[in-house]
Amino acid sequence: MEPSHDFETLSFEDAMRELEAILEKLETAQPSLEETLSLYERGQALAKHCATLLEQAEVRIQMLNGSNGTELG
Amino acid sequence: MEMPSLFPSPTLSVSELTRLIRTLLESEPALSEIWVAGEISNFTRAASGHMYFTLKDSGAALKCVIWRNAARTLRVALQDGMAIEAFGSIGVYEQGGNYQFYITAVRPAGEGWLYQQFLRLKARLEAEGLFAEERKRPIPPFPRRIGVVTSPTGAALQDILNTLQRRYPLVEVVLAPSAVQGEEAPLELVRALEALNRIPDLDVILLARGGGSIEDLWAFNDESVVRAVAASRVPVITGVGHETDFTLVDFAADLRAPTPTGAATLATPDRTDLLIQMERMLQRLNRLAVQRLKQESDRLRQIDLRLRRVSPVRRVEDNRQRLDTALLRLQNAASRQIALRQAHLQALTAHLSALNPLAVLDRGYALIESPQGNILTRARQAHPGDAIHIHLADGKLAATVEKVLLHPAEGEK
Repeated sequence: MEPSHDFETLSFEDAMRELEAILEKLETAQPSLEETLSLYERGQALAKHCATLLEQAEVRIQMLNGSNGTELG
Repeated sequence: MEMPSLFPSPTLSVSELTRLIRTLLESEPALSEIWVAGEISNFTRAASGHMYFTLKDSGAALKCVIWRNAARTLRVALQDGMAIEAFGSIGVYEQGGNYQFYITAVRPAGEGWLYQQFLRLKARLEAEGLFAEERKRPIPPFPRRIGVVTSPTGAALQDILNTLQRRYPLVEVVLAPSAVQGEEAPLELVRALEALNRIPDLDVILLARGGGSIEDLWAFNDESVVRAVAASRVPVITGVGHETDFTLVDFAADLRAPTPTGAATLATPDRTDLLIQMERMLQRLNRLAVQRLKQESDRLRQIDLRLRRVSPVRRVEDNRQRLDTALLRLQNAASRQIALRQAHLQALTAHLSALNPLAVLDRGYALIESPQGNILTRARQAHPGDAIHIHLADGKLAATVEKVLLHPAEGEK
């Protein structure tokens, strides 16, 4: 699995949700050992991705222009 | 002149009388927790922080006190000549021998009327169901795009942006700038809300304004703005004014925050919490993997035990035993067969030896061989003069046939 690549477009929420699903699956579904290991790796990568997103992100700002005036308040 | 009075009339001390007055005044409900309107004069602020002044109108004057703690929370700076409405209770200052008004809150004159208006509109909209609890929608836990309606230059926007950056910097902010006070503010606020509602994937809208006087916040009590908030397709969080300020949009919103910063806080998860949560999930993940491995190795041990129980070594040994048994049986069978065969062979040999023509020689019989080497079995096979050999058990006799004598019966054959 190549974590950094397929994660580029993965949103925080989706990554988080997938991580939850992995934990859920590991807890209830009893996948094969091989699958367990690959889920484990995927989970680790997802958590790392989430942490990186949180640590490196910057709020982006977009201003609507149109009929609205920009009078001071 | 000391004259013991026959009719002692009760004489009160000044203190006793004053206390009586005080008790009467201070227990009178009509004199406590009331609003009084007037104009400020003789305003002084003592070094202690307490405020003293007189409230006047054309006909009367009222001494007023605001204690330091109450004075600190005033939203308006008091000064002589200002028309105010003051909230408090009448009390008596015993040392001074005067009654005065102890004030705990002050509002500019006219606010009372605004407040009445506010209450009437609130009641009407409430009756319409605009503030109903069941209209409130949940705020998405991980917003991606947050709409903000506020002044582009106000402190509220900065507070919101700082809070978002600190808590959850993964968001995109779509700012719909609007005036937040003044005559045009209601219309602009409505338009800004409508504009944001046209954006397809907006998760939540923050409607915000920093603190100000009640007049400053009045646009947020405007009926059209309140209706626009209630009609918003996207959930709205309000953060208008300070903690204690309630405006009508607060009631119509899906969630009310006390300040712009509070609104941004309610709209987002906290980065620190998320990192902690992430750490917990990682731990859970690790624990599950370790658990699984342990379970797998336990299983392996179980299998190993079972395998050992059914081990091929054991099987080989079992088989060897079976083989031994089989071999033994085979041997037994074989030796029986051999014995049988041997017996048979002996019988055959005996039989054979019984058939051996030479054997009869022992018993006194003889074989006669013609000159051609044939065994003679009939007398007529011989002719007089034939040189024959007579075989006996231990050797042969060379003889010559003198005469052939046939049995009479035989001769007819």
